[in-house]
Amino acid sequence: MSKKNKIIGTLFIGTTAFSAFLIIAIILVMLIVIIIGGKDTFSWEFLTSFPKDGMMKGGIFPAIYGTALLVVIMSVAAVPFGAITAIYLTEYARETSVLAQTIRFAVRTLATVPSIIFGLFGLGFFIKFVGGGMDNIFLGGQLKWGQPNILWASLTMSLLTLPVVIVSVEEAIRTVPREMREASLALGATKWETIRRIVIPGSRSGIMTGTILAVSRGAGEVAPILFTGAAYYLATLPTSLSDQFMNLGYHIYIMATQSANVDQTLPIQFATTLVLLMLTFMLNLTAVIIRSRLRKKAK
Amino acid sequence: MDNLIENKGFVFSKESLRKKFRWSEFLSEKIISGVAFLSITIIVLIFVFVFRETLPIFHHKKETVKIESVQKQEQYGGAEASGPTNASGQEQYGVTTTDTMMIENQARVEDTVVHEADEATVKSLIGKEWLPVSDRPRYGLIPLLVGTLKITLLAILFAAPIAILAALFSAAFAPPWLREIIKPAIELLAGFPSVVIGFFALMVMASFFQDIFGYDTRLNAFVGGIAMALAAIPIIYTITEDALTAVPRSYTEASLALGASRWQTALFVTLPAATPGIFAAVLLGVGRVFGETMIALMATGNAAMISANPFESVRTLAATIGAEMAEVVFGDTHYSVLFLIGSLLFIFTFGLNALAEFYVKGKLVKRFQGK
Repeated sequence: MSKKNKIIGTLFIGTTAFSAFLIIAIILVMLIVIIIGGKDTFSWEFLTSFPKDGMMKGGIFPAIYGTALLVVIMSVAAVPFGAITAIYLTEYARETSVLAQTIRFAVRTLATVPSIIFGLFGLGFFIKFVGGGMDNIFLGGQLKWGQPNILWASLTMSLLTLPVVIVSVEEAIRTVPREMREASLALGATKWETIRRIVIPGSRSGIMTGTILAVSRGAGEVAPILFTGAAYYLATLPTSLSDQFMNLGYHIYIMATQSANVDQTLPIQFATTLVLLMLTFMLNLTAVIIRSRLRKKAK
Repeated sequence: MDNLIENKGFVFSKESLRKKFRWSEFLSEKIISGVAFLSITIIVLIFVFVFRETLPIFHHKKETVKIESVQKQEQYGGAEASGPTNASGQEQYGVTTTDTMMIENQARVEDTVVHEADEATVKSLIGKEWLPVSDRPRYGLIPLLVGTLKITLLAILFAAPIAILAALFSAAFAPPWLREIIKPAIELLAGFPSVVIGFFALMVMASFFQDIFGYDTRLNAFVGGIAMALAAIPIIYTITEDALTAVPRSYTEASLALGASRWQTALFVTLPAATPGIFAAVLLGVGRVFGETMIALMATGNAAMISANPFESVRTLAATIGAEMAEVVFGDTHYSVLFLIGSLLFIFTFGLNALAEFYVKGKLVKRFQGK
């Protein structure tokens, strides 16, 4: 091989390696900057106290609480539906059937629809159509459900995270060995019994990963809740489904772009970002660990 | 055991072998397929409801009466919504409320004027001015479209080469242990909430690049583009990596056996074989950037202007929805126009996804099966 070829080769491999390390370097820089910026303000008190002095001081407890409530309601809605859809796709549907392929296409489309569109949909469907309809029928036009609240925000978010659940659960179900299904069927169990006793228990970790990934996604997304229920500031925690709520991501956005004095609250913003990042990070890491165990098991 | 034998009987007849009808089986299957059907329903509902809200633009005359009665109830401010709970948030909410009230009053007082202006709305959609909140509102989508395309182009120009090269590194050159580190690390970037990337761009990157390039507007298309690239990189990387590793081993082995070196094989055999997959990866990256809201809101400056200079502020379609929807009156023309923008975004990303799905997948399968 000529020397020139070798040089080009080294250069080429070097460029690809450089690109890979550049990405990792950017990730590290982002992490380090956010950790350094937020570490002084970050404390137990910051996590557990309310904002003070018109959000210039104090903690972010309502935002954490609101985010937690959001992801819980979201999971309650998204996980069962996602898991059942995954069971249908793997156990009932024939790979080549038009229905199964349409569902798959729909799920992939859901995964690529911009998150702001979900926000519009939440506004048009949940708030105006469902909520407004409920108000007209049950409350005689009195405004209660036909406005942004945590229920509509959570349901909007659950649509966004549905594909995440479906994909994870499907992957887990595929790791349940064929032999176990066949053994169950051979012993006289019906299809539904097999699914209930063999397939679902076998894919429990997949449902876990799906839920964790969905929660991580839901905790970080802001666009869908911009106008379906997130609030600037609330002095009390949401107590009913028709209340508005504060949210970590929305808090960051508001504080960084619309607050009265952005520079003065900069440490709070960094610390809030740090909290959100740590939250999604830990969730993702847990999911990655469970998933890699699952993949080893599959092999 | 005895029971079982008695129940089933010893003799297998045609009767006993026939599948029994069981209610639990029937119901569970129907319920499961019903739920699975839901995802299709959701897509259809999104289509219907996002488009439904845009209709008043085109049929405003019939809708006007209805809109006005709705307007009074469905004021979208947030102040009433959170009621007495937001004592110290008063200052901020105060602004919003008076704004909304003003818009509403205007709508009522200048009833006829506003509706005459509405006549021109459809025509003004292709105008060059985006001035939704003024005496004579103009809803020109061109600057928003140009801004979005500019940002998308910049972001993909940054993201695609880096992501594809990195994918090539981890698929073809990196030793297995290194790949085990790089892959999860980049996938971790996919888990960064976009608001965090937006915040980082706004607070750190904007000043950093201003020091280097010395431009005037701190938040501009360039900063936004790089931030968006960070969001697009993990998508492009992951799908490209999948496409590269899916290239049959026989391809690379044949190339190596013919005396090509590793980099020649990677560049001239593996990469071309995976082109449709890489194309799909870039398309999905484009879709992600095109619809990205939070980064655009925070890092692009949000000024609707048409210019080719990458160091000028831009306003994207998605950011416009995000910024203005909360301030708008339900059923207003402005409200409908924002939904129209949403429809455009939806159609565009839907088209991209469909293209990536059908065209590219089909091509990839054909190529690898040698048809």
